[in-house]
Parts: sequence; structure tokens; C-alpha cells
Amino acid sequence: MSSNILMLGNEAIAAGLVENGCAVATSYPGTPASEILSSVAAWQKATGATMHVEWGVNEKVSLEIAYTAAITGLRSAVAMKQVGLNVASDPFMSAAYQGVKGGFIVISADDPGPHSSQTEQDSRMLAMLAKVPVLDPDSPAQAREMVGLGFELSEKFEIPVLLRPTTRVCHAGQNVPAVEFSPSPISVDFTKEPSRWASTPKFRLQQHLQLVAKLEQIAVHPATAPKRINPGVTAPKAVLACGVAAAHAREIMTDSGLIDTLPLYQVLQPFPLHSEFRDRLLASYDQILILEETSGVIEMQLADRQRTRGKLTGFVAEAGELIPETVERLLKDFAGITGDAAAPVDTAGGRKPTLCPGCPHRTSFYAIKKAAPHGIYPSDIGCYTLGLNLGAVDSVLCMGAAVSQAAGFYQAFRLAGKETDIVATIGDSTFFHAGIPPLIDAVTQNARFVLVILDNSTTAMTGNQPTPALGSGAMGEPTVAVDIEGLVNACGIRFCQVADPTELPDFIALLQKALAFSHSNGPAVVIARHPCVIDRRRKVAPPRRPVTITPDCTGCRYCVTSFECPALIFDEQQKRVHIDRLTCQDCGVCVHVCPVGAIIEQQTEGGLQP
Amino acid sequence: MSDREAPVRQQLIISGVGGQGILFLTRLLAETAIHRGLAVISSETHGMAQRGGVVVSHLKVGGFPSPLVRAGTADGMLVLNAGNFRLQRPFLKADGWAAMNAPDCAEQVEGPAMHRIDADAIARESGLRQGTNLILLGFLLAPGSPFPFFCTAGDIRQVLESKQATRGNLVTQSLRALEAGLEYGTTYYLEAPGC
Repeated sequence: MSSNILMLGNEAIAAGLVENGCAVATSYPGTPASEILSSVAAWQKATGATMHVEWGVNEKVSLEIAYTAAITGLRSAVAMKQVGLNVASDPFMSAAYQGVKGGFIVISADDPGPHSSQTEQDSRMLAMLAKVPVLDPDSPAQAREMVGLGFELSEKFEIPVLLRPTTRVCHAGQNVPAVEFSPSPISVDFTKEPSRWASTPKFRLQQHLQLVAKLEQIAVHPATAPKRINPGVTAPKAVLACGVAAAHAREIMTDSGLIDTLPLYQVLQPFPLHSEFRDRLLASYDQILILEETSGVIEMQLADRQRTRGKLTGFVAEAGELIPETVERLLKDFAGITGDAAAPVDTAGGRKPTLCPGCPHRTSFYAIKKAAPHGIYPSDIGCYTLGLNLGAVDSVLCMGAAVSQAAGFYQAFRLAGKETDIVATIGDSTFFHAGIPPLIDAVTQNARFVLVILDNSTTAMTGNQPTPALGSGAMGEPTVAVDIEGLVNACGIRFCQVADPTELPDFIALLQKALAFSHSNGPAVVIARHPCVIDRRRKVAPPRRPVTITPDCTGCRYCVTSFECPALIFDEQQKRVHIDRLTCQDCGVCVHVCPVGAIIEQQTEGGLQP
Repeated sequence: MSDREAPVRQQLIISGVGGQGILFLTRLLAETAIHRGLAVISSETHGMAQRGGVVVSHLKVGGFPSPLVRAGTADGMLVLNAGNFRLQRPFLKADGWAAMNAPDCAEQVEGPAMHRIDADAIARESGLRQGTNLILLGFLLAPGSPFPFFCTAGDIRQVLESKQATRGNLVTQSLRALEAGLEYGTTYYLEAPGC
């Protein structure tokens, strides 16, 4: 095992892409899929593979670029989180109809739980809707194998293939063989065929018929057929498992001995379910337990509610993750074993997430609450959703919705004859992703609100991927930097100012000015520009302004509750605040926050008092 | 460590809050398992929790298919944030153990064998801002520690040193933190204290 190395599921998927000659890889970052593309970039550098690797502006654009490479005969892939596939669903549906030449894999990482997502949606349902086959890996090692299987399937049937890992695969680490790469020549050929690549409705019907025929063939494709885990075991009951639930089931059935009495099948391709397998299963077993996340996709295709036990029959809960404790209880119930299974560990509670010490977003939110204390605060998807802790986030829907929700609040209140301050927040990467169309809409409809673009020059939440404004790409290569102010102005916004939120008093004054403008003239934009504190690639380090607490601290807790910096710690014994020197970033902003002026800038080097 | 036999099959919980280097510690331990020729599977916490929230890793050494530890089956727990202990304690089996970073004995409860180090204080005093994770590990692996573990401090050193070329400063700091934990632990276990 000495040649084995540790890989996360996402790194293993990336290794699979590079090893299998993927020439174009695109992505928009989102947990749990973010590390796929950065790992592709790392493997590309290590192997010297000829590849185009890019962080697209959003998932739709990313999918379209990778898909188009596949219609020229190249192998390509696009990676995203499950809600990203909603954004990319338009080209995804049509790509199924028009098909591909080179292998094309759409990787959509689901997040049962959800751990870091807006929804628990099952991407396999979107694969069914699109009529695209889907592969569902149980581990990093299997995810890597499925990349190869997926490219072969895609090329054989000229169809996009969905690879659907879940959080427990993406963020599992496992010992796997090191990357073995052999370069393959790049050969591009786009054969003009308007009836296929520019198909009108007449041709789309033909393409739909072809798609249905392809699926019938894919349902008998041997390479992706279900696996029998324990051949030779016979019983009137059987267990079907898929994805990481199959790994849980294998371990639990081995530990409990059920592996010797209960037939266990692992489904690799939950849609389309292999037709012969389906018929044989229904002919052989009286009861079939189906363990799959998050919806009953396999179960739907078995279509015999008398025999199945799963999500649709109510045997397995329809929401939430299938954690091993749950799988153990289900297996024991199904097998008729009495006695207790361990209760799941209640993971709720404990310290809640918070913006980092020194985070510029905290300062922006504090300023927004000062400038518009009774305002409505629509916000968006990113670290800054944590503005919730400061009471400065009232709504979060999906990527880009901060801008449209601000407009929606304005229109609703206007109809009732009410005027209210509306201050929306959106990150720089999210603004590029989905914030521009609603800003154009706000201009045309004269929606009166202030949009604060929280510009920390990175996509922080997902691991500091570059934004289009940064001027460098996925491989660190120089790119053309897009100017946010220019974009805002081009949308027709007539008030657009840039400021550093850590200059707190000036920033509050600027927000007040923007609010006054919005009430009389229409939408206003403030760009709050300050680099992310945890971005190792940031070009300039902000000035350090170490602070100290004077004996004047009254223990009023205002800084701890209203500014909520984790480096300000309330000492319950001394009834006063002290600074955690392990985490304080010396941003110095809290000097402006203390109501009695007990936080002051440290005058001399050294001798910092806690 | 030489007087203890290293188990080849072990399930561990590593628990802390975002920013404490839980992922770095988890990967270091997983790589050390591979270095020792053992199969390994782990599960990490990513995303919003990494912003100061509860971050928990599961690490299973010795050929497990599932990346998650079930309640009541963990052999041991590395607790970087004392407040987490009560949350994750149900993962421990009846004779499980915990090594904990805590300033005092406040989190000590009836039950598991536990040893405690104020790793934050040592990190502050030694100027090892990011060193809490490796200080705790050094403490766990110090001579005299009663807790069985799948690897030794020497294994950790070797794996860290193999990264020296690519991650120089981080490795130097990590090695210093490991030594600080080992040094504290060596005296601590000799004096046979407890909370």
C-alpha cells in the first residue's frame, strides 16, 4: 500500500478526470463540490495534461462551455453543488436531447442533511427529468472509477452522464492509488449538423424519441449493472443500497452478521435502473428494503408498493441524511431483529458559526444597522449569510436573490403607501453569478433600495476561489479582470461609490448618503471593498491596528452582542471583556464600537495586555 | 509509546471549532495511517461550520467501508474545544478515552478516561498561534500516555518532514507544536495527575 495516497472524494474525482483524458473542466464553487476543480488544476499542473480548466461565472455558463467541448469530440466535465444544477438545468435538459460526441460528465454533489446547502434536493431526480443516466458512488475510490465508467457510457450512447456524489463521498478521505497519467492527443472535430446542434422543435421530437431509445439500451449496459455484495446468500427478503448508504449497510451488516443471511445488492446506476435486474428482483423477493439518498429514485422504478420498503412507503424517512445509526435501525427492523440500535448522536448545539475575527463583512453589517436601524435587509449566499448573527440579514433565498428580493420588498411596501429603508447585501462572486440581471431590472423599475456589494476580492465561503474581478484564473494564470464599478454603472445605476468598511464612521456616513439617494432617485450601490482575512492569496495585507481594553470597560457586553467578534471574549468572573490574542487580527474596528470608549488602539509595540 | 502495542483498527473522533486546524490534523493522521500501511477512511466537515462553528472529523483506521463512526463505537476522541465534549461524547464506546484541550477541569464528567492540557495557553506562550491541534496530539502521544493509538510521535514527525519541501513554514511550526505537546505530556504523565 506504499504507493497509496490520501485523497478526498473530490480529489479522487479530479484524479479520475485527468487520468481519463478530460480536456475541458469547468465549475462554479459550492460546498460540497468546491475542491473538484481546484484539484483538477493541481493534477493538471502535476501531470502536464493539455487541459482548459476554469472557474465559470456560474453553473449555467460552466455547463455550456464544457458541453460544447464535448460536441467537438473532447472529453469534458462540469462540477457543481446540487443547487448549482438548478441554475444549469436549462442547458442540461437540452444537452440530453442533442447529445454529445466526446464523453461529458456533469458532476452534481448532493448534500443530504443538509450540512451546507439551501436544500436537500436529489440531483438524481433532475437526471430523471432530463432523461440522463446517473452514477452514484459510495466512496472516493468508487467515485474515481465511475469517472471512467461515465466517460465510456457517455461516448457509447452519445449522452451526458450525471455523476452524483454526496457530502459523505466528496468530503471523505481514503487511501487510493496515486494518479497514473498517460497523455492522449487532443483532436477536435465539429461537424456541422444543424438538425442536431441547432435543432428546431420538429427535430427535438426526433431527439426525444432517440433519447428514450438510448435509455432502454443504457438499462441493459453491463458495466454499470448492480453488484451483488454477498453472492450465495438466499432469503425471501433483500436489501438494495446506493451511494454512501451502501457503505454503511455493508459495514453494519458485516458487524451484525446480517451479511450471511440477507442478500445485499449495490446499485451503481440508480437511473435508469437495469431492467433485467428490476424484473429478477421483483420475481425473487417478497420484501425489498431500499436505502438511498435523498428521494426514492430506485424505489419509483420498482413500482410495486406491496414489496418495497423505502421512502415512498414511509419505511424510510423522506427528509434528512441516512446516517449509519439510522441505517442500522432500518436494517434491524427489516430483518425482524429486536433489541436496541444506538440512537443517533444529536449533533445540534455547540458554538455556532460566525464571521471570522477581523472579517470586513462584520463591519459592513454593523454599519448597515447603524445607518438604517429599522430597515429590511435582504441578503444572499456566502459567508455573509452569517450577518444573521448581527441581526443584519432578514432574508436569504438563493444565489442573486438579495437584489430581486430588495426590489420585491420595495414594490410591496410601495403599493401599501409605505416607505422603508431597504439595504441588501451580496458578495462579489455572487453578484457576478446572478446579481446583474436583477440589478438591471431594479433600474428599469426604479426600485428604491441600497445594494451593498461585499467585495472581499474572493469566493471566501468555498475556499477562496478567484472571482472575475481578480485577474487570475483556476490555474493561477492571468486573466482579464472585470471591473465591478463599470458593471454597476453599465446597468444604469446612478449612485455607485466604493469604500473600505473598516473605516467605520466614514462608511456609516456613506450608507446614509446612499439611503437618501435611494429614497428620492432609485437604486444606489455601495461597494464595500476590503480583502478577506483568511485569503492567503490576497495581494495587500491590511494595516494592523492592535487594540487593548482599558479599565473603563463596564462589562455592558455591547461589543460582544452587537459586534459579535469572536476575539472579544466576555470574562464571566471579572465581568469585563478581554481580547483573545490567539485569534485577534488587529483590524482595530472595535475601537469605534465600544459605547464608553474602553477599547483603544495600542500605542506601543509589545506588552499587549489580554 | 514503545511499551504499548499500536492497534491496527481504531475509530476516532476529532472535535473542535472552525479555525483550530481540525482538517489539517485529520489529514495528518490519515496520512500517517497510510504511512504505516493501514487502510483509512475519514469524514470531514466543510462549508459554513468552518467559520468558527463546530467542526468534527471521523477517522477510521484499518479497513472500514463507511466514513462515519456510529454512536458508541469510537475508541477515542481528540477534543480541541472543551465545549464540544458533551456533544460528541455519545460517539465514545464504554471504555473509550478522550484527550482534551481545556483551560481547567470544568468539562470533566463521570465516565471516560480523560487527560487534559491547556494547549491554547501553551500555543500563546510559545508564539504558536495555529499550534493548538499539534500540541494536543503531542500530549496524546507523549511517553507515559495510557491511551492506545495507531501511530507514534515518530511516525507523525516522519510524515510532517516528508512535507517539508512543499509546506516549509507550516511543517516547522507543526513540528514545534508537536514537541511542545510531547514535552508537556512527558512531565504530566510522570506526575500522574488527573482532573
